[in-house]
Amino acid sequence: MTKVTMVVNGKTVSAETEGRTLLSAYLREGLGLTGTHVGCDTSQCGACVVHVDGKPVKSCSVFAQDVAGSQVRTIEGMANADGSLGVVQQAFQDHHGLQCGFCTPGMVMSSAALLAENPKPTESEVRHYLEGNICRCTGYHNIVKAVLAASGQDVASVPAE
Amino acid sequence: MPKDHGIGASVKRREDIRFLTGQGRYTADINLHKQGYAYFARSEMAHATINKIDTTAASAMPGVLAIMTGADFAAMGGNPAGWYINSRDGATMKEPKRPVLAHGKVRHVGDAYAIVVAETLEQAKDAAAAIDADFTELPAIVDMAKAVANPAHRVHDEIDNNVCFDWGWIEDNRAAVDAAFAAAPHVTTLELVNNRLVPNAMEPRASIGDYDAGTGDYKLYTTSQNPHLSRLLIAAFVMGIPENKLTVIAPDVGGGFGSKIYHYGEEAAVLAASKALRRPVKWVAERSESFLSDAHGRDHVTTIQLALDKDGTFLALRTETMANVGAYLSNFATVTPTFLHGTLMAGPYKTPLVYVNVKAVFTNTAPVDAYRGAGRPEATYSIERVIDKAADELGLDKVEIRRKNFITTDMFPYTTPVGLVYDTGNYQATLEKMIELGDLAGFEKRAAASKAKGKLRGLGLSTWIEACGIAPSHLVGVLGARVGLFDAATVRVNATGSISVMTGAHSHGQGHETVFAQIVAERLGIAESAVEIVHGDTSKIPFGMGSYGSRSLAVAGSAMVKAVDKIIAKGKKIAAHMLEAAEGDIEFADGKFSVAGTDKAKTFGEIAFSAYVPHNYPLETLEPGLEETSFYDPANFTYPAGAYACEVEVDPATGQVEVASFTCADDFGNVMNPMIVEGQVHGGVGQGIGQALLENTIYDENGQLLSASYMDYAMPRAEDVPFYTVDHSCVTECTHNPLGVKGCGEAGAIGSPPAVVNAVIDALQRGGYKHVTHIDMPVSPSRVWAAINA
Repeated sequence: MTKVTMVVNGKTVSAETEGRTLLSAYLREGLGLTGTHVGCDTSQCGACVVHVDGKPVKSCSVFAQDVAGSQVRTIEGMANADGSLGVVQQAFQDHHGLQCGFCTPGMVMSSAALLAENPKPTESEVRHYLEGNICRCTGYHNIVKAVLAASGQDVASVPAE
Repeated sequence: MPKDHGIGASVKRREDIRFLTGQGRYTADINLHKQGYAYFARSEMAHATINKIDTTAASAMPGVLAIMTGADFAAMGGNPAGWYINSRDGATMKEPKRPVLAHGKVRHVGDAYAIVVAETLEQAKDAAAAIDADFTELPAIVDMAKAVANPAHRVHDEIDNNVCFDWGWIEDNRAAVDAAFAAAPHVTTLELVNNRLVPNAMEPRASIGDYDAGTGDYKLYTTSQNPHLSRLLIAAFVMGIPENKLTVIAPDVGGGFGSKIYHYGEEAAVLAASKALRRPVKWVAERSESFLSDAHGRDHVTTIQLALDKDGTFLALRTETMANVGAYLSNFATVTPTFLHGTLMAGPYKTPLVYVNVKAVFTNTAPVDAYRGAGRPEATYSIERVIDKAADELGLDKVEIRRKNFITTDMFPYTTPVGLVYDTGNYQATLEKMIELGDLAGFEKRAAASKAKGKLRGLGLSTWIEACGIAPSHLVGVLGARVGLFDAATVRVNATGSISVMTGAHSHGQGHETVFAQIVAERLGIAESAVEIVHGDTSKIPFGMGSYGSRSLAVAGSAMVKAVDKIIAKGKKIAAHMLEAAEGDIEFADGKFSVAGTDKAKTFGEIAFSAYVPHNYPLETLEPGLEETSFYDPANFTYPAGAYACEVEVDPATGQVEVASFTCADDFGNVMNPMIVEGQVHGGVGQGIGQALLENTIYDENGQLLSASYMDYAMPRAEDVPFYTVDHSCVTECTHNPLGVKGCGEAGAIGSPPAVVNAVIDALQRGGYKHVTHIDMPVSPSRVWAAINA
C-alpha cells in the first residue's frame, strides 16, 4: 500500500492505495466522494469523468498513483463558493438535462470541459464532444440544450431547425 | 403566462440538486460497518451439467469469509413468474424452478452458481477464480426454431420441445379470422424480427444484505423499481421468511426501464450470506455482469398478415410469434409477450377481426422480460410495418390508409376484438397535429434537397396506442396475474402543517418527488415546499406495486389524490367544530376552510395544528391526528396514443442512415408537468431509435454473448439522434381516474421504432429500390447496403 496525495476540489487529500487502485476507486472508496459514478468496465460510459489538471479524464481508466500530486476536480467541486449551482449544473436543472442522475456527474464534467475549450460550441460540436458519455434516460435532447444554454446561447428555438 | 407552480407547471425538479452536486445516494454509494464484498462465480458455458463445485481451496484463500453454492440454496423456493398463461389446448404453462443459484445445471452464460464473500472485492474475485468446478458441456439451444424442432435438446429436462406455452388470443375467434382471410381481396404478409435488447440502465444492479442477529430482521438495499414487490417475492416465495422481518430499501436508482422490476437471485444470496456471516454483504454488478444477467427485452420472431379491401379497409389481422423467454422465467416474462402484446394488436384501428398466436420458447440465453414498453412496442412495430407494406402493395397513401381505419371519436367506449375497452381517444387529432408539426407538406422539397446531396430521404409514420396504468386487479386476475395491481399512498399532515406523502410508486428518473408534490400542494392549496414525497423504503411506505408500465401517476397518483380527499373531508369536520358551523356548510379552497357565505375561516395550518393539539376538538366523534391512506385500484387501463413521423436520410453508397427529424404528437390526457413529460418522450424516442438503427444482442451458436460490453453493443450516443419535436396538446382525459391522466413513460419507445424503419423503407422505395420491402432492426449500414444490392 502506498499513500497517494493529490489536491481534490481545492483540498490536499491522501489515502492508502494499491498499485492497481483506479482513480475512480480512490475517490469513491478512499475519499468517500461517491458523486463520481462507475457505469461500465470498459471506459465507455463516461459516468466517471473528472478533471485532472483541468482536462477531462475517465477516472476508471487511470491509476490513482499516476495522478499523484495533480489537481483533481469532481462533481462535488462544481458548485459556486456559496453552495449554489455552477453555470453548467444550473443549466442542466433549468433545461431538464438529467433524469435518473447516474450519468449526470460525468455529463456535467465533460460539458464543463467542452465549454472551457470551446466557449460557444455548435449543436453538432456538443454532440460530438459528448460521444464518450452515455445517457439512457434523456435521448440527449435536453443535455445538448443545457450545454448550449450554459454557453450563453439562446435555446428558445430548440428544436426548430 | 404559463403556470409556475402546481398542476400543469414545468416546475424544475427538486431532486436535481442532489444529483447535480454528487450527493445522490445510490446503492453502490452505501457502505455499512464491517461489510463483506460479494462476487458471483458465473457460468462460462451456455448449457452444462454441474459435476462438482469444490470450494475447499478457494475458501482457504486470504480474506475469504464464505462461499455458498447452489446446494446451499436448494431448499429455498423458486423465483416465480407473476402470471399464469394457459396454452390454446388449455394446458397450463411450464414453469421450471428458477433457483437462487444454479444447481445441477447451468443454463446460460452468466448463470451464477456460487457467491464468494471476502474482506475485499479483489479477494472475492481471486477466490471465485480458484473454485474447483467441473462441468460437462451440453449442446446449447439458442435459436428458437431449432429449440422447438429438436426434442432431444432440452433447456429443462422436464419440458418437451422447450415450449413454455402456445397461447391463442382470442382462440374462439380463430376460425372467423381465418375465414375472413380466405375471402379477402388482398392479404399482406410480413415476416419480421423484433431484435433482442439489453435494457442498460446506466446504474448497474447492486444489492446489500444486512441481517440483524439480535432481532432476526433482514434489510436489503437494492436497485429496484418496486421494493414492496421485491419484498413479497423474496420473503414469501424464495426465502420463506415473514414479510415483516424483511425491509427492502431502493434508494436513488439510476434508471430501470423494466430491468429492475424483477427479483434476481443475487438479492436472496446476499441476504443469506449476511445471515451466515452476521455481517453486511455488498454486491455491485460490473457492466459485463449486467449484460450477462439482467433480464433482456423483446426478441420476437413474427409473421403478421393483414387482410384488406382494395380500398385499404382493414378486414382482419393475424400473427404468429415465437417469443424467447431465455433459460428461466423472469417475473413478468409470461405476460409481456401475451397480454401486454396480444391485446394491443388492434392498435388505434377498427380492424374487426384479430387473432394472435404466441409460442414462448426456452433457450440457453439470459431471461427475457419487460423492457420499456413491454410487449406494446412489439405489437406496434408489427402493425405499423405491415400497414406500410400493405399501402405500398396497394398504392395507397400512408396517411390515408391510417386515417381511413382509425376508430373515430364517436365510437368510444370502444371494445376491441382482442379484449380491451378503450375509454377515450382522438387519433385523428394527434395525426393532424403531427402532420402540421412535422411539416409533412414540405417533405418533397426536403427530399429534393437531400437528393441534391446524393442522399435518399424517407418519411415514416407510426400511429400507436398502448395500455398503461397496469391495472385493474379484477381484470388482471382473470387474465392470470398472481398479484393485485392497485397502488397506495399515505398523506401525513404534520402538526405544523408540513406534509409527508408516502407513495408505493418508485422514482428512478421520473421526477416523482417534484411532480407528486405539485399535485398534493395544488389540491391542498399550500406551498409545494411544504410537501415531501417519501418512496423506496418498505418500512416507510404503504404496500404499493411500484413503477413500471407508465403506471405511477395514473395509479399511485390517483391513490394520492384519494388520500388528499380524505384529509380534506376530515379537515372539514374539524373546521365545522372550530367554526361552530354545520359540516355541510364548510367549503375548502385555496388552503382555507370557510363557512359558506361568511368570512369565518380557518387555514389549513390551523386545522392541522388542532388535529394534533386537540384542545378545541370534537374528540367524542372524531379521532385526533391528520393522516390518511388510500389504496386505489383502477377501473380500467389507460390508453395513451399518438402519431409519430420520422425523416431519415440514407446514403445509398454506404447504407448509412441518419435521422433527420423526429416529430411526436401524443395524447397523454392531462399533463401534470410538461417539462418532465417531454423529457420522458425524448428518452423513449432515443431508445426507440437505438432499437431501430443500432442495438442488437447477439448470441453465437454456442450461446456465447458476443455483444457483452459497450465496445460491442451499440448504445445510442448524442451524435446518433437529432433534436426531437414533441407535443402533447391533444388531450382526451382518461374517464376513470381523478386526474384524467394516462401515462407517458413508454410512449416514445413504443411509437418510434416503426416510424424509423418505415422511413428507411420509404427512402429506398422512393430511390427506386422497389425490391426492398423490409429490413430487420437494427437497420445497420451493412443491412441497408446488402438490401440495396441484393
